[in-house]
Amino acid sequence: MAEQIIFYVLAIVIVVFSILSVTSRRILRSATYLLFVLLATAGLYLLMGYEFLFGVQISVYAGGIMVLYIFSILLTSHAGDKAKKVSWKRLVPAGVAAVAGFAVCGHIIFHNVYKIAQTISPEISMQQLGTAMLGTGKDQYLLPFEAISILLLACVIGGIMIARKR
Amino acid sequence: MSNIPLAAYLVVSAIMFFAGIYGFLSRRNMLTILMSLELMLNAADINFVAFNKYLYPGQMDGAFFALFAIGVSAAETAIAIAIIINIYRNIKNIYVDEVNKMKY
Amino acid sequence: MSYTLIIVALPLIMFLFLGLLGGKMKPAVAGLIGTLGLFTSAVLSYLTAATYFFGIGKVGETFQTIVPLNFEWLRFTDKLHIDLGIMLDPISVMMLMVITTVSLMVHIYSFGYMKGERGFQRYYALLSLFSFSMLGLVVATNIFQMYIFWELVGVSSYSLIGFYYTKPSAVAASKKAFIVTRFADLFFLIGILLLSFYSGTFSFDSLTSNPGTVLGQPITDTFMGWSVVSWAMMLIFMGGAGKSAMLPFHIWLPDAMEGPTPVSALIHAATMVVAGVFLVARMFPLYYFGAPDVLQIIAYVGAITAMFAAVIACTQTDIKRVLAFSTISQIAYMITALGVSGYGGHEGLGYMASMFHLFTHAFFKALLFLGAGAVIHAVHSNEMDSMGGLRKYLPITHITFLIACLSIAGIPPFSGFFSKDEILVAAFENNMFIFACLYICAGLTAFYMFRLYYRIFWGDNDKVYHHTPHESPLSMTFPLIFLATLTVFTGLIPFSEFVSSDNTVFHTHIEWSVASMSILVAVIGIAIATVMYRKQNSMSDKVAASVKGLYTAAYHKFYFDEIWIFFTKKVVFNCISKPIAWFDRHCVDGFMNLQSTIANYVSRKIKFAQSGEIQDYAWAFIMGAVVIVSLLVFI
Repeated sequence: MAEQIIFYVLAIVIVVFSILSVTSRRILRSATYLLFVLLATAGLYLLMGYEFLFGVQISVYAGGIMVLYIFSILLTSHAGDKAKKVSWKRLVPAGVAAVAGFAVCGHIIFHNVYKIAQTISPEISMQQLGTAMLGTGKDQYLLPFEAISILLLACVIGGIMIARKR
Repeated sequence: MSNIPLAAYLVVSAIMFFAGIYGFLSRRNMLTILMSLELMLNAADINFVAFNKYLYPGQMDGAFFALFAIGVSAAETAIAIAIIINIYRNIKNIYVDEVNKMKY
Repeated sequence: MSYTLIIVALPLIMFLFLGLLGGKMKPAVAGLIGTLGLFTSAVLSYLTAATYFFGIGKVGETFQTIVPLNFEWLRFTDKLHIDLGIMLDPISVMMLMVITTVSLMVHIYSFGYMKGERGFQRYYALLSLFSFSMLGLVVATNIFQMYIFWELVGVSSYSLIGFYYTKPSAVAASKKAFIVTRFADLFFLIGILLLSFYSGTFSFDSLTSNPGTVLGQPITDTFMGWSVVSWAMMLIFMGGAGKSAMLPFHIWLPDAMEGPTPVSALIHAATMVVAGVFLVARMFPLYYFGAPDVLQIIAYVGAITAMFAAVIACTQTDIKRVLAFSTISQIAYMITALGVSGYGGHEGLGYMASMFHLFTHAFFKALLFLGAGAVIHAVHSNEMDSMGGLRKYLPITHITFLIACLSIAGIPPFSGFFSKDEILVAAFENNMFIFACLYICAGLTAFYMFRLYYRIFWGDNDKVYHHTPHESPLSMTFPLIFLATLTVFTGLIPFSEFVSSDNTVFHTHIEWSVASMSILVAVIGIAIATVMYRKQNSMSDKVAASVKGLYTAAYHKFYFDEIWIFFTKKVVFNCISKPIAWFDRHCVDGFMNLQSTIANYVSRKIKFAQSGEIQDYAWAFIMGAVVIVSLLVFI
């Protein structure tokens, strides 16, 4: 019961704030709404039982990326600026695309996805996660781990190179 | 037993995703476009985790995928913002329709 | 006998050598090299003739066909293939001798005649090319090889007629020659294709080897009442008629006199124009057994052409034109002789006579042309009016020219008498109408030839020349003397011992009844000419005035040129060329232009889609994905 209420709250937060984020004309408000959406998403993860993911989402996304966004917004525009009104010619096709896509997705979901409940899922402990992350056996993720670390290295260097002062 | 059907999670993530698409296609400011991109990525992550929980309870593949996706998205956002800062330095604004010197 | 390849190939090598390197050597050297090449060919051809006629060629009473060289060039089926090779049989060996001898004389003569002309080396190169082509034509083993060399001969003729390419009249004449002969060759080609389609072979051996049955099995297809073989042979004859200047394709030969005179001697008197006669002779068994009605037509065409050309020759004033029409007339004699001929032994008298006349005519006609060349060289003009009384100044030319005129008129013991007599006998035995035509024509021939002779060498004995005409140098008089000697003695060759329609020897003797008639008519002709032209008088003008209409028509060559131009301009250009040109310009080009216009138009219309806005591209991407997914899901 409690679960359902929590879920609905989180779901409503996500839906409302994501729509607000994309339609708001003030950039900073858009960023803030996005932050709320990300936090609610983290909550969803926790609801589903993935605590580690919850932690990562909050620290990386909400705490790192959003801060980055806010910095760059403040760097490139005045905080109180209103974005120029977008003409109908731009909005209508966008709306059509979004609505059409959603219709197709919705159709698929409601006709094909079983409205299943699930059996009791075993809890995933941090130890299991840890060994899986750094293990080299089947279903173990050392290689992607190393790959992503190289990616991050490239990213750091690239970012510095692009954004340095000439 | 969980009372929340899989479909519910999927609908939520679908709404988030298509909101992101709408934002991507209709915004002028590059940063807002990037933010819509984030919305889309997050929606996909929710999908992965939901399917992992409901269809493959014993395994962790979905969660790991979402984990790595978050990591990659962070890296990509950083680079994108660096490029946007560069563009700002050159043309003093970051509207998408202003970056059109190579148009016909 | 495989040295016969050298006879044919040596002029080709000379052509390539002189053509590519002639400009770098002195003219005299080029001339010498060309002449030496041809001298070698001539000697080798005499050797071949000696070996063939007196040695290995004769088996029993028949001459056999020897093929020293034959290789397959292009193969269609087992039996149908185009070969290139050399075939020796009586007429081809005879032609080898004729061509190389006359060509050699022309080479020597041109040393003096063309001295100092621009393009001397090119001239000798082209002469060698022509010799090569003609030699290849006569030794051809199959009809397609003959066609290839036929065209080559046409090209050489074109280049040589148009030798003075800065003169517009020469260029026009060369074009006319080429186009008229090419037009006739179209029919020739159709005939070849028709014949080879039905008989399955190109080779002369297969086509003519079973004279009783054409090509082994009877061919019964008919088209519009005539059998296919008749059509094929008729078309082939039309091709030959073009090259040999028969009615109505004769129009190019008078104009071809624009070329240098030695060229006229070689090509348009002795060799190229007899190619048509040679063709009919080569295919004679097919004509006789497969298409006898065509043979009739050939005889009539020949007879009418002979009369026609003789009448025109009586009125012309340009000496080369007179000789040109005389050539047309004499070749018509040869063709008529073939037309009235039978097959086998004495029946084939016409065939033998035709070949004999070809042989003797080559020599005396070449002599006449070279003599005319000497005269032109002396007085620097072609017109009869600027000549007269030249016998004082050009003795050698005078005597040799006289010998040739007597020969062509048919006075014994010169060669022309013997060959012409045989033709008249053959016609007499076959068809009286044709005999009558040829008989009258013989008289006319004597008349106009002696008119020419008297106008040049007698006539006005007191004519004053700007600068005294002088006799030609040795290089020009030697060929005249040599050819005159041949003219005198070749009549005595018992030709039927060598050449006959079925390659079997037979014996002939002079038929004194016909011979005396022909001598009589020749003497009458000469007498009339003597009376009218020996001394300057106005008799010729009075005669001309009395038949004014006929005279004017004959002077204008019976307006054949005008008729052909009308036909070409009004019929061919308007009805055929113009629609085709319109189609090409509008439909073919138009189709290509249409494609490019469409491409332009479409690209202009869809250019807007490349907006450069990333969001437009993303929109297209997303809509595309939605559409595809919905297609997959719902259908």
